[in-house]
This record gives sequence, C-alpha cells and structure tokens, in this order.
Amino acid sequence: MSAHLLLVLPLLVPLCGAIVCLLFWRLERWQALVSGFTQITWLGSTIFLLKRIITDKAISTQIGSWSAPFGITLVADTFSALVLLAAALVGLAVFLFSVYGLDKSRQRYGYFPLMLFLQVGVGGVCLTGDLFNLYVWFEVILICCFALLSLGGTKPQLEGALKYVTINFIASGLLLTGIGVVYSLFGALNLAELALIVREGTHLNLPLLSMASVFFLTGFGIKAAIFPMFFWLPASYHTSPIAISAFIAGLITKVGIYTLIRLFTLVFITDQTFMMPLMAILSGATMVVGVIGAAAQNDFRRILSFHIISQIGYMLMGLAIYTPLAIAGSIFFIIHNILVKTNLFLVSGVVAQYHRTFQLPRLGGVYLQQPFIALLFFVSALSLAGTPPLSGFWGKFMLAKAGFEAGNYLLVTTSLGVSLVTLFSMTKIWNEVFWKSKPRKPSTSILLTQSDRLRIALLYVPVVFLLCCILAIGVYAGPLIELAMRASQDLLHIETYTDTVLGKAR
Amino acid sequence: MDLLMPFMIGTLFSVSLYLILHRHLFKLILGLILFGLATNLFLFIVGGLTRGSTAIIREQETIPKEPYADPVPQALLLTAIVIGFGIQAFAIVLIRRVYQTFKSNNLNDLRGDRGPEKKKH
Repeated sequence: MSAHLLLVLPLLVPLCGAIVCLLFWRLERWQALVSGFTQITWLGSTIFLLKRIITDKAISTQIGSWSAPFGITLVADTFSALVLLAAALVGLAVFLFSVYGLDKSRQRYGYFPLMLFLQVGVGGVCLTGDLFNLYVWFEVILICCFALLSLGGTKPQLEGALKYVTINFIASGLLLTGIGVVYSLFGALNLAELALIVREGTHLNLPLLSMASVFFLTGFGIKAAIFPMFFWLPASYHTSPIAISAFIAGLITKVGIYTLIRLFTLVFITDQTFMMPLMAILSGATMVVGVIGAAAQNDFRRILSFHIISQIGYMLMGLAIYTPLAIAGSIFFIIHNILVKTNLFLVSGVVAQYHRTFQLPRLGGVYLQQPFIALLFFVSALSLAGTPPLSGFWGKFMLAKAGFEAGNYLLVTTSLGVSLVTLFSMTKIWNEVFWKSKPRKPSTSILLTQSDRLRIALLYVPVVFLLCCILAIGVYAGPLIELAMRASQDLLHIETYTDTVLGKAR
Repeated sequence: MDLLMPFMIGTLFSVSLYLILHRHLFKLILGLILFGLATNLFLFIVGGLTRGSTAIIREQETIPKEPYADPVPQALLLTAIVIGFGIQAFAIVLIRRVYQTFKSNNLNDLRGDRGPEKKKH
C-alpha cells in the first residue's frame, strides 16, 4: 500500500463510518453494525501502518501536494503508530462493550457517530505534522468529549461536563496563544521545520521560546491532567456511563501526554536547565497527588480516575529524565496504560451491571458470585501496580533504571513509593468489592433475568480481549520494548522525522 | 495602536478570567466568550500588524509588493474564530440545560453527585 493511503486511512475510515452512522439516525442496530465494521477496519489500517513503519521508520504525505513547510503534512513515526494501534485496540474493545453495556436511549442519540468522530480526532493528533493542525485536531477531540460526557444529561453528568468544558476551553485558549507566540518568533508552523530552526540556533530569542513552551506545557498539561491542573478529571470522568468514560479515561489524557512528548523532544528542547527540574517536580507531584487522592475515595470509578492522574506522572517522568531509555519507558508505559486503564474501567462496568452500583460500601462478595470477573480484575490491577511478569512492571523498570543512570534518585524513589501505594489502593478495591461479604440491605438485592445474564456474559468478551493484549505485552514484552526504544531514538535524533517530512534535500 | 492593543488584550484576559471564576452561570458564558475573543485578538496581534496592502501577487510579479500583511495569522485566526464559535455555542446550550435541570443560576448549587446520596442516608 502506498504511504499516502496508509496515512490517510486512519482518518478517513472513522470519518466515513461516522457519516454513514449519521445517515442511520435513530436506527441504533444499523449504527452498531456500521460502527463495528469501521472499528475493525480502523484496527486493520493501524496494523498496516505499524507494519510499514517497522520497515520504513517514518512515512509522510502532503495533503493536496503542497510541498512540506507550506502544505498540510501528515507524518507517522514509530511513536505515533504505536499510540494509534493502542487507540484502535481500545476503540474496538469499548465498542464491543457498548453494544450490550450502554442503554438504548444513549445509543439512539448519537453515541456511535460521536465515538467515531472522537477517533478521527485521535488519529489526527497522532498523525499531524503541523502545530496549528494539532490544535484543530485537539478541538475535534474536545467537542466530541463534551458531547459524549453530557450525553444523557443526568445531573452529575451535566455538572461534570460543565467543569470539563470550561477548563478545556481555557486550555485551548492557552494553546492558541502559544501557537501565536511560536509563529511570531519563527514564522513557521510545520513541526519539522520548527525543529530545524530551533536547532540552528541563530538569533534565537530564548526567553520568548521558553515562554511559548510554558504556554504549551500548561495547555496540554490541563488536557493531560498534570499536577496543578488535574482537579477537573475526577470531577467529570466518573459521571458518564462506562462505555463512554472507559474510552475517554483510557485514551484522551494519554493523547495529551503524547503531544507533550512530541513537542518537547522536537521543538522546545533548548532550555533544558529550566524545563527539566520543572518537569521532574511536576511529574513527582502528579504521581503523589493522584495516588493520595485515590486512597481517600470510596467509589470504584473515582479511585480509577485518580489513578489516571498518578500514572500521568510516570509518563511525564520519562520526559523529565530525558534519556533514550527513559523516553522509551514513557512510551511503553503509555501503551500499557491505555490498555490497562480501559480494561479496569470495563471491569468496573461489568461489576456494576451485576450490582447496579459503583459505591464500595454497597458492593461486596463479587469473588463468590462471579469469580471470573474477579480474576480479570486481579490480573489488570496487578499489571497497573507493576508486579513483575505483567506489563506495568516493564514500563516502571525502564523508567527507574533510566532514573538511576541519570542520578535522579529522588524522583525514582517517589515513583517506587507511589507504586506501592497503588498496590495498596488496588488491594482496597479487591477487599471491598470482591473479598468482603455482600452487605445485607434490601435495596442491594437485584434480580437478574436470564436475558440479563446472557447480555452481561457478552460484556466479558471485550474485557478478555483487552486482558489478552495486556498479557501479551507483559509476558512477551521484547518486541514492544524494542519498538519503544526505536521510537525514542527517533524522537531524540530528529533526522528521521525531518528528512521524511521535508525531503532529504535539506 | 501598538501600545493600545496589548493593554486591550490584557484587559480582556483579566475580565474574562474574573467572569469565569464567578459563580453566576450567565457570567460564565460571558467569560467564555470574552476569553475566546482575547485569545483570537492575541493571535492576530502577535502575528504582526502591518499597514499597507494585502499579500496578493500582481501580474508580471513573482513576489507581493512590500509592505504587505502576513496572511497566515489571518488564516489561523479565521479557523480559530470558527472553532471557538462552535465550542461557545455548545457551551451556551450546555449551560442552558444545566440551568433547566438544576433550576439555579448559582454554580454552588450544582452538586449532582452528592445531592441525592445525602437524602437516602
């Protein structure tokens, strides 16, 4: 397949799927059919993209054939292809969950097309090679998130969505401001060209460049829920149904981190003395605050939401240490976390289908009634906490090793301590939801009909599917670690990227 | 003009943030709109204000005649205005829905996740 087609397909497939879904408005069965077909095609297209990337390192295309610094560039390297593949896996799993796990009225009022539009946005962010287009794709993601989070319009959802809209509107404004500063400094918006201009270093206004980088750090930091700007996340993510919050929680904050890593390895590299300690402080604080917040919660989804924040800290840690191994650790951790976090949310959804609540005090005895889901949770939770043979361990191991090599002992100690508290927090869920006996209250006894049981049994399919992926990258981690190492090499030595975008002539 | 614009942008940013931090829902709408305006104006001004002609290449010339205004910030601005308009429209509809559901103009009354729980216990 040609490079043009490979790069356009991940955007075109969900877009066409979404449009066809809109044609079947209110016919949710047909929409589900179209959506399922689209998800599988999307997954296929990302696999083909990754296969091509493995042989070619990076590919790019110019939309409309305007040559590189002027036109619209689409570019994929190992990092973006890996994130896209993880997004596609999660997309398929969440789709499978939503068919039987989401109520009919939400399905009827546009759940499927909105999800597909959201995936177009994710694809765009991963593949774009232009700063302003990055902003536009982020807005595509945001408007879909807004609509999905408020879909259904229950009171908690509206409250969460209002906060989410306000804070993200401000974040987008900050991004736009940063883009304005960057354009006025360099007169360029193409990422590859910006990278070359910054590295040439002639008549560079360093303080102004640092200011622009802080705008981007704040803007994407809000979207990724980094330390001082994380409060909107636990306020909004747990309110909507699992089929929505699993995808948004699993993926969207990681897309924010993806952009941060991309920009801070490609463009804003000059002021290391200022940025590196700042990143280290932010990453440590993000980990600690997230995990402490989780310890105080009493709701299954709220605990998981706070853990998202804590794990964002680990991803930022790679950027703070800034060695090839550390960034590879971050990349591995992003892939692992997209899969595991979505899976944990789906598990909480399956438990809630049986027991109709997410409150820990009202749950219990799941281990006796549904031992299989307990096993699924157990493996995912251990993977999240980073127990050795599972995927979380490898990411944390790479990060810790890189941290020790770079002499960043405080940060590594913090991260290891936070891991331990994560394990404690997972134990708390395990004790409360699965282990303790079910509290005897008349309101909690729920009778499930035969058709309900059948429907819930189908919800196990996506959970098992994701668990297989997690086990695969845990037990057979070699190839993914190799790919992550290569991705980080390409991020730190930008020649592959710039040569692909601008042509070898420069 | 060059001195006036930064002050205007600064005023717009501060006023909009003040309004966003306010508890009143309608002031939140105003704040969001003003914040969008402030960022758009900032984008436009940092791109460089040039008086003179547009960047149109006349016949028998290869480059436009100096001085001309840079068209890129204007193109970015147009896109940003359209996107901002879409998001503001969504925000206004959402806030109206919030007002209808909670029957209150005050952000402090929105305790969707805690309100019903307390009643049960």
